[in-house]
Amino acid sequence: MSTRREQFEEAVFPPIVALLVALICGDLLIMSYGQSPATVYRMLLEGTWGNAYGFGQVLYKATTLTFTGLAVSLGIRAGLFNVGAESQLAAGGFLAGVVGLALWPAFPLPLAILVCIVAAAIGGGVVGAVPGYLKVKFGAHEVIVTIMLNFVVLALLNWIVADHLHVSETLHTPEIRNGAIPRLDAFIQAFHGSAANLTIVIALIAAFLVWFHLFRSKRGYDLRAVGLQPEAAEYGGVKVGATLMRAMVLSGAIAGIGGINYVLGYKQYYEEGFAGGSGFLGIAVALVGRNHPLGVVLAALFFATLSQGGLAIHAFVPKQMVDVLQGVVILAVAMSVPEVRTALRRARKPVAA
Amino acid sequence: MTGLPIATANRGQYAIRMTGIDKTFGSVRANRDASLEVMPGEIHALVGENGAGKSTLMKILGGLQKPDAGTMEVNGTDVTGWNTSDAIAAGIGVVHQHFMLVPTLTVAENIILGMEPVTGGRIDYPKAIADVQALSRETGLAVSAEATVANLSVGEAQRVEILKTLYRGAKILVLDEPTAVLSPPEVRELWTVLRRLRDAGGTIVLITHRLDEVIDVSDTITVMRAGQTVERLKTADTTPALIARAMVGRDVILTSRDEASALGVDVAGAEEESPVTASTFHPSDDMTSAIRVTDLVILGAQGTRAVDGVTFSIRPGEILGIAGVEGNGQTELIEALSGLRPVESGLIRMSGHDVTHKNVSERRDAGLSHIPEDRHRRGLILDYSVADNLVLGIQETFAKRGILNRDRIEANAKEQIESFDIRPPSGQIPARNLSGGNQQKVVIAREMGRKFSILLASQPTRGVDVGAIEFIHSRLREARADGKAILLVSAELNEVLALADRVAVMYRGKMTKVMSAGDVTEESLGEYMTGTRMDTAE
Repeated sequence: MSTRREQFEEAVFPPIVALLVALICGDLLIMSYGQSPATVYRMLLEGTWGNAYGFGQVLYKATTLTFTGLAVSLGIRAGLFNVGAESQLAAGGFLAGVVGLALWPAFPLPLAILVCIVAAAIGGGVVGAVPGYLKVKFGAHEVIVTIMLNFVVLALLNWIVADHLHVSETLHTPEIRNGAIPRLDAFIQAFHGSAANLTIVIALIAAFLVWFHLFRSKRGYDLRAVGLQPEAAEYGGVKVGATLMRAMVLSGAIAGIGGINYVLGYKQYYEEGFAGGSGFLGIAVALVGRNHPLGVVLAALFFATLSQGGLAIHAFVPKQMVDVLQGVVILAVAMSVPEVRTALRRARKPVAA
Repeated sequence: MTGLPIATANRGQYAIRMTGIDKTFGSVRANRDASLEVMPGEIHALVGENGAGKSTLMKILGGLQKPDAGTMEVNGTDVTGWNTSDAIAAGIGVVHQHFMLVPTLTVAENIILGMEPVTGGRIDYPKAIADVQALSRETGLAVSAEATVANLSVGEAQRVEILKTLYRGAKILVLDEPTAVLSPPEVRELWTVLRRLRDAGGTIVLITHRLDEVIDVSDTITVMRAGQTVERLKTADTTPALIARAMVGRDVILTSRDEASALGVDVAGAEEESPVTASTFHPSDDMTSAIRVTDLVILGAQGTRAVDGVTFSIRPGEILGIAGVEGNGQTELIEALSGLRPVESGLIRMSGHDVTHKNVSERRDAGLSHIPEDRHRRGLILDYSVADNLVLGIQETFAKRGILNRDRIEANAKEQIESFDIRPPSGQIPARNLSGGNQQKVVIAREMGRKFSILLASQPTRGVDVGAIEFIHSRLREARADGKAILLVSAELNEVLALADRVAVMYRGKMTKVMSAGDVTEESLGEYMTGTRMDTAE
């Protein structure tokens, strides 16, 4: 019989085992370059958590990944695999940028930020609504639709920026006139130069809200029920189609809000290609974070550390090694989830009489 | 590659001999000290109620499961714990309840799948077709070798399954509930084929829980109950009553309507028709009927009329039992009554309100409770905790402004676990980790542990242990005594007979007979269930 503690162990052990596996693979890789793993790992940590700038960069990257990770995990909780976080992120950032550009400077800043966040949520939500609608109405598989929609949306945004909105000689929009989110170095001098900004607070609030929605609200109960057993949910009076639609829109909106980290918090303009794979990495974040908001935040920090750490160590080993490590972590988690779970269950099972 | 089974064993040697088989899944002991002895060249019926361990025993024989203890021999060789490929090589062919065919391939392609005749590196289709046709002729299993499987009827698909095992050289054929999906003429054809295979020396094990079939076709019988082998019989020397007694472990109880009558609730079958109201052409006996269904037509998966013009009503304090072979529209009827399946035409009234086009929650609010036939698919969310499962369908009432009240959910769980004796007594455990009987108690606690006036109980005791069956039955009787209207659908004839005040028989989407329980005999019921007799219902 499983208790809460056992469920916790089953949720937490697989990623830990996966990290150990990845660490060993990393050792072998580093040694193949004739370097000492200890040195390289120390460099990696010093370049990230070891100094304020590096840490600020980790926080900045983790912020975007938290949003995309939350978006993907919310989808998975409803049984939807949202591969479109990349374009939802871009669309959210774009709309936030456009609204920031349109607001007059005299508008009060907190309100302006709020309006931009709503715009970002709408941008991502609309992109999420398309696969949701096609799935509920016609049974089109959301994986196919979201993948294809990534191309459509990114190309569309590219065209709008390049043809109508760009500052000449660049691929970005003019700077926003209102809605800029303060950077952390405005409060803590040591973060100077890093992109970290107050969006991280919004990300943490979002993580809490997603947790609350999933595990404490009636709609979250319905959403998870649909994800686990749609027929039982239907039996329980849940409107399955509406729940799927809502989950897809919500997932898109969360990814969309992630766009403000770059657009409002870092550069203060929308730039072509700013998403840079953060949407796709959100899938890995959700997977390693076991689709739990707290896990997502931790996994986002982990992947942000790897990504920033890659820059710190690339004097010793190619920074692509970090990409390889990321891949190993994802594979190891994917494999270890069922494996570790069965091993745990077997270890607990009392010896049969 | 040869088709017809040939008896290789000497007379006096068992084709199959399994002794002392034990098999435990989690907390469920599917088999304990189960045994089976089958002689070559006989049709052997393996009977028992649902959950008696028949399928597990056959899975062990077919190599899909390894026994925890016990030994098995096939044709005198010890084969304990072998795997599926060993079993196939030794000539054991299992035809599962659910077909394992590739729908887009032809009959011949399906049959040769995995052992295709090859000439010069290419599959020799002409030879495959010729082989299949020859096999089909020899055995009398008529199918067109070049037809696409997707276009076959269920009966034809089953023939393909049997041909497939014979093509692989099966000499011992195991059929798991083969008639569940067949129409009566198809069943008769199947019997002819099985007899022919037997006469050619083949050995057949037939898993079933239908006594008429056992008497019809078998030579010998093994009866299982609660995982154990309890009886071995020669068909010629026995009667359905003896088999039934061995299956349930006691004489079949046909009474138990006394409690309701003692409370003064009128349980007679006759309908009181009061004057027709102006607004509707339906007899307005809504004051006496908790649920009234008129001319209900429901479409099945293939667009056929799964329920074809059914009319009935149930009063408060009455159990209407629906008997009938599964797949005659009972599932669709229950789904439509609960709001899970759209109604094509007809009318459903509950407590006087028209709910024909209301959704699941609206019907639940109108006082409907529903124990679904498949708790693993519909009744429970297996990864949700017991506490969360105990509010499925009524989650709205445990939320305020969209936020769940965890304290109330926990308190509700505590209360229900206690009053329905759910074990282990914890609301935190995922429902998945409970035994079948306790899982069913969770469903029953949820559906019966709150206010309701109408209960749809579909296979309420399927796959649960004997103790839980008694418990569930007494709960249903209490609910009746309490004035609830109950529609009971069960594949277990015994259950219907033991609980129902009136018994309706469904056959091919129609209610062919509704009779007061006192008038029911197993023989007459059998005739209606198999369609040999039909009356107009009500």
